[in-house]
Amino acid sequence: MSEALLEIRDLTVHFATEDGIVEAVDSVSLTVRHGEILGIVGESGSGKSVTALAVLRLVRPPGRIVQGTIRFDGEELLSLPEDAMRRVRGAKIAMVFQSPRTALNPVITVGRQIARLFEIHQALGGREAWQRTLDILGLVGIPEPERRARQYAHQLSGGMCQRVMIAMALATSPRLLLADEPTTGLDVSIAAQILDLLRDLGRRTGASIVLITHDLGVVAETCDRVAVMHAGQVVEVAETRALFAAPRHPYTRALVRSIPRVDREVVMEPIPGTVPSLLAAPPGCRYAARCPLVQRVCDERPVLVTDEGGHAVACHAVVLETVVARR
Amino acid sequence: MGFGRYLLHRLLLVVPTLVGVTLISFVLVYLLPGNPALVKAGALATPEVVQDIERQMGLHRPVHVQYWRYVTGLLRGDLGESSSTGRPVLEDFRQRVPATLELTLASLVVAALVGIPLGVLSAVHRDTLLDHGSRLLGVGGVAMPSFWTGLLLIYVGFYLLDLAPAPLGRIAADVPPPTRISGLYVVDAVVTGNLSALGSALHHLMLPALTLGFAVMAPLTRMVRATMLEILESDYVKAAWAAGLPRRRVVYGDALRNALIPVITLFGVIFGFLMAGNVVVELVFAWPGLGHYAVTSLVTKDPGPIQSFVVFVAVMYVFVNLVVDLLYGLADPRIRLR
Amino acid sequence: MGWRRLTRNPLSFAALCAIVVIAAAAVLAPWVAPYDPDEPDAERTLSSVSWRHPLGTDEYGRDQLSRLIHAGRIDLLVALSATVLALTVGTSLGMLAGYRGGWVDQILMRVIDAVMAFPAFMLAMAITAALGNATVNVVAAIAITHVPIYTRLIRGEMLKARETEYADAARTVGNRPHQIVLHHLLPNCVPPLIVQATLAMGFAILTVAALSFIGLGIQPPQSEWGQMTAEGAGYVVSGEWWLVLFPGVAIMVTVLAFNLVGDTLRDILDPRMRGMR
Repeated sequence: MSEALLEIRDLTVHFATEDGIVEAVDSVSLTVRHGEILGIVGESGSGKSVTALAVLRLVRPPGRIVQGTIRFDGEELLSLPEDAMRRVRGAKIAMVFQSPRTALNPVITVGRQIARLFEIHQALGGREAWQRTLDILGLVGIPEPERRARQYAHQLSGGMCQRVMIAMALATSPRLLLADEPTTGLDVSIAAQILDLLRDLGRRTGASIVLITHDLGVVAETCDRVAVMHAGQVVEVAETRALFAAPRHPYTRALVRSIPRVDREVVMEPIPGTVPSLLAAPPGCRYAARCPLVQRVCDERPVLVTDEGGHAVACHAVVLETVVARR
Repeated sequence: MGFGRYLLHRLLLVVPTLVGVTLISFVLVYLLPGNPALVKAGALATPEVVQDIERQMGLHRPVHVQYWRYVTGLLRGDLGESSSTGRPVLEDFRQRVPATLELTLASLVVAALVGIPLGVLSAVHRDTLLDHGSRLLGVGGVAMPSFWTGLLLIYVGFYLLDLAPAPLGRIAADVPPPTRISGLYVVDAVVTGNLSALGSALHHLMLPALTLGFAVMAPLTRMVRATMLEILESDYVKAAWAAGLPRRRVVYGDALRNALIPVITLFGVIFGFLMAGNVVVELVFAWPGLGHYAVTSLVTKDPGPIQSFVVFVAVMYVFVNLVVDLLYGLADPRIRLR
Repeated sequence: MGWRRLTRNPLSFAALCAIVVIAAAAVLAPWVAPYDPDEPDAERTLSSVSWRHPLGTDEYGRDQLSRLIHAGRIDLLVALSATVLALTVGTSLGMLAGYRGGWVDQILMRVIDAVMAFPAFMLAMAITAALGNATVNVVAAIAITHVPIYTRLIRGEMLKARETEYADAARTVGNRPHQIVLHHLLPNCVPPLIVQATLAMGFAILTVAALSFIGLGIQPPQSEWGQMTAEGAGYVVSGEWWLVLFPGVAIMVTVLAFNLVGDTLRDILDPRMRGMR
């Protein structure tokens, strides 16, 4: 098994607010292998975006990385000096944000925004940087790159803006691409194109992609492995097919069950309750309040347990079940 | 073409405002106590002479006719006469505008050179001593009447430190002003190479420009800071961080470029403050400009200058706002390229 | 509700206290002032700060502290009257324009635009000159320049509220138009109005001071802070600083206090406007 490209261990991020400390990310551990597409799925507020920001060390006050390690390509990111980290950002690890139009600077041409990345990260001269910009715009499927590169964000459609963002992210051939809700707000057909683009580029460049989304459909389509997050914690990690075929964690099962399917009688089963407040988070399992399988032992926080197939779950009920089944 | 329509639209909006302006200034002057014919004729004139002058000035005509004559007169450039100087108001204006212009420009320079960087740095180094200090200055500065600031500066600069000249005008009494090209002493002195005039003019410009500049700086700094803060929180700044752009570049490049555009509109507002402050500062420093002229006419109830001055100021204000809107439209690609 | 937050912030608490003290001094002037403000003292003309005259005396020997306190009455009175007047007129016009719409709205807005085309101080100067130097006229002049602010504010709220279901619901229950406006829509406008009025007090004081400084506002023998500064202005070049310093401090502290309270109120009552700090 190849060594992981990105290894996050016990990452915890807190936000200091007027009303107290919000534990946005709690002891999260994740691995991203070379060349794979990992999906991180969860409701809003589950801590997925914050985790991505933490990898790039972009968590700003009032947020704070309280503990954890993030190893990228063998290097510990959290202890790097700031300028070394700056060289990692955009060059080795890149991020694509949701709402592409607001993530582009409105007063600088899109071409310029890409070209300068070449200048900064690869020390290319003006003309060469511009040529590479045009190349990469073509690569992400933007027609007439020479014309588009001279335009501003407001002159491009949402889908095109997202392609530009992806171009920006891939400009310097990063090893890892973090995509935060890249298809939210896009037309279904455009979204599909974007996902195809991401998968294609990933395969071509050998980069790993972390796809953060709340949309299970996106995950099923595109990802090799999936991590499910709930209330700042990772509750299940598995290969996509295995996760959808046999989800183990009660939360995942509820999520999968709530996807409307064409071949079944549609029975909408919303998950009862709401995500617990991360302000006064319960010390035990954070899903306990909504879980049909809750028991006394759930007062204690469950640990991620991985089986031989690589399927990991953090749930007491599941562990007990397996133990019983083995006897 | 999007921008052309925007331009046209803005220009058209100006017309009703200008009409309203002339109406208001006419009404104001109409209400002025006293009989302008009497003032013109002099205290010793007989009633017949006064009546004659009244007919001459058209004061016996109905109100709307007087208004019409007023507006057509304005458009022709006939701004009436000043009863105190005895000269056409247009003449007086021409003589005094450069003085006010020079003071206004100098104050703008002071305000912008100090205020904008202060606002930017305040936003970038939020909640530090610098930030709190500049915010204090801002809040305090807005509360200080400009006549007071000027007088205090005179006390400290002239009386205590002997750094500034006595507040008696634009240039020392024994230094002849430079040959008049633009009317702005500093510009003319530079152009004609007149060093002594340049020195004296700058020396006299110092305190009044500081006073007025300070009065205007406070709101400017506040607004710049607010704009910059908002932009530093925006998505594209976060994306720029994530792309690995060096900090300096993100803040002083990307963010600042966006922040400076709304600052252009600020100048329209600032101009209003400047016009108000001008009057007072010119009085305190015996600066022979329009503001001084206006105050004197108002106090002596001299109708000619007043009605023209009021219109002039309003027109300038409208014009400046128009220019500001146009500049903004040009600077912001979102408007320029609809 | 928001009172506690107002007092929690030390700066705004101090500002609030300052306003109370100043207002109290103004109201109780005859009892608080150590001397009769108009009483000359031929032996102690132009004397600097001393125990006997903490703020010095002017060229007639009048005690500056007493004059300052009495002058405060005029300043506060004028500012308060002007603000209340502007508030009332402006709100009524705004309600009219906002709720009626149509050509009433159009005409009113053109008038407001024309008024706003003049820098406020210029307009106040011109109006005061036109109407005469009486105190009432100063109040009117300042009020006129402030009316547009309230009119636009109320009109804006009215326009917004008209669209919401709130008004529709009230109408379906059978309320008549002016009832809807008064009982349902107006309460929403109260918070921003309070904020504006507080901030307007500061502007009003600065305006009356500047007008009097120029010679257009409050006339002697009534004393006013700006006018006192004007009287002392000539003496600055010869070093008599106290005549100019203290009235100015009085103006600054009062305006600052109102501004601080107004800013804090804005943060409490209308978080949407918070970005403008």
